Amino acid sequence: MTIPGDEIGYDSRVEGGVVTSRLDAAINWVRGHSIWPMPMGLACCGIELMAVGASRFDIGRFGSEVMRFSPRQSDCMIVAGTVTYKMAPAVRRIYDQMAEPKWVIAMGACASTGGMYRSYATMQGVDRILPVDVYVSGCPPRPEALLDAFIQLQRKIAAEPSAKNLVPA
Amino acid sequence: MEDLKLSQLTGSYPFLTPRSSSDHPAVNCPVENLLELAGALKEREGFDLLSDITCIDWFRSSPRFSAVYHFYSSIDHRYLRVVVPLQDDEHPRAPSLTGLWPAADWHEREAYDMFGVEFENHPDLRRILMWEGYDWHPLRKEFPLAGHDTELPDEEIRRESGTRVIPAPMEGGPFAASQERGIMSRSEPRGADESWNESKEKPQ
Repeated sequence: MTIPGDEIGYDSRVEGGVVTSRLDAAINWVRGHSIWPMPMGLACCGIELMAVGASRFDIGRFGSEVMRFSPRQSDCMIVAGTVTYKMAPAVRRIYDQMAEPKWVIAMGACASTGGMYRSYATMQGVDRILPVDVYVSGCPPRPEALLDAFIQLQRKIAAEPSAKNLVPA
Repeated sequence: MEDLKLSQLTGSYPFLTPRSSSDHPAVNCPVENLLELAGALKEREGFDLLSDITCIDWFRSSPRFSAVYHFYSSIDHRYLRVVVPLQDDEHPRAPSLTGLWPAADWHEREAYDMFGVEFENHPDLRRILMWEGYDWHPLRKEFPLAGHDTELPDEEIRRESGTRVIPAPMEGGPFAASQERGIMSRSEPRGADESWNESKEKPQ
C-alpha cells in the first residue's frame, strides 16, 4: 500500500508473519485497487476513455482494466460525454442498478457542467442526477487526466470509513 | 448544363417555378403537386436518392414554413433542391415521401420533431430527437435557445432525483470566460455577444 496517510505497521523481527493494520485500510486497499469501471461513453470523451483502456495508457496499472458493461458488476461509473435530458434517466437508472459501494467520475466539460452545450437539450452537469466524486476538466480530457482522476479517487477511497459503513447505523 | 436541365424541368412540370440558389439548381413546388413531382423525379428524371429533408421557419411571414427536399441522382451525379411552402402557419402539413423513398422516414420524423410539420401517411410519425411528451418544437423561431422548464422524460427518475429540465444559463456564454479581444482562440466572438440573456430581454 503506497497511498499516503495509511497506517500499516510491520516489523518482521517483532511480529513475524503477522501484519497489523486498521480494517479500514485493508478494505480500502482492496476497493481502491480494483475499481471496475462502468464506461458510460456518451460522446467524444468515450474515445479518450477507450484510449485509457488500451495498451498505451493502460488503466490496468491502477487495477481498473476490467470495463464492465453490466452495472451489476461495476464499481465506478465514468460519465464520458454530453448528457442530454433524454439520456439522463437512463444514466441515472444504470447508476441505481450498480451495487454499493459505487463512485462516479464526471469526465470532461460536458459531463461536469454541460460544457459548450448551453442549450435546451443538454443537462447542465451530470451532478444534477448523480453524486459525482471526481470531476475531470478538458474537452475532451487527455488520457493522463483520467488516470489522474483514478489516482484522486483512490485517495478518496483510502479516506473512507469503510468498516463503519459495513455496520448498518 | 444544369440550367438547361432546370428549364427542361420547369417545362415538363409547369407548376414549378425556378428558385434562386448559389449552388444546386432549385425549384419551388406547390404542396399539392409534391407527390406528383417526387414520383416523376424518381421514375423519369433519375433522382433515385432522397438526400435530405429539412424545413425553414420564415417567422412572421406567411406561409411560415417551407419544407426543403434535396434529391440526388446517382446516374447523372447532380442534386436538385425542391422547396415546398406549407399552408397552415401553426400546424403545417405535407405529404409523406416514405412510399417513394424509405429514407424519408427518419428525415420526416426529424422535421416533425424540430418544426412540427405533420407528414400525412407517414407510417410512424414520432419524435426522433426529443422525447415523447415534450411540448415544443425546438427549431421554431419562437423557441428560446435556453429551452423551457419542464419535467424529465422518465416518471420514476423524476421522482427519485427531484430534477427538472431547466433553461440553460445564457449569461456569460461558455466561451466568454475571457474578455480579451483579438486572437480568436482567446475570445470567441459568439461568447462576447451578451445582447440576449437572463438579465436582458431578447431584442425584437
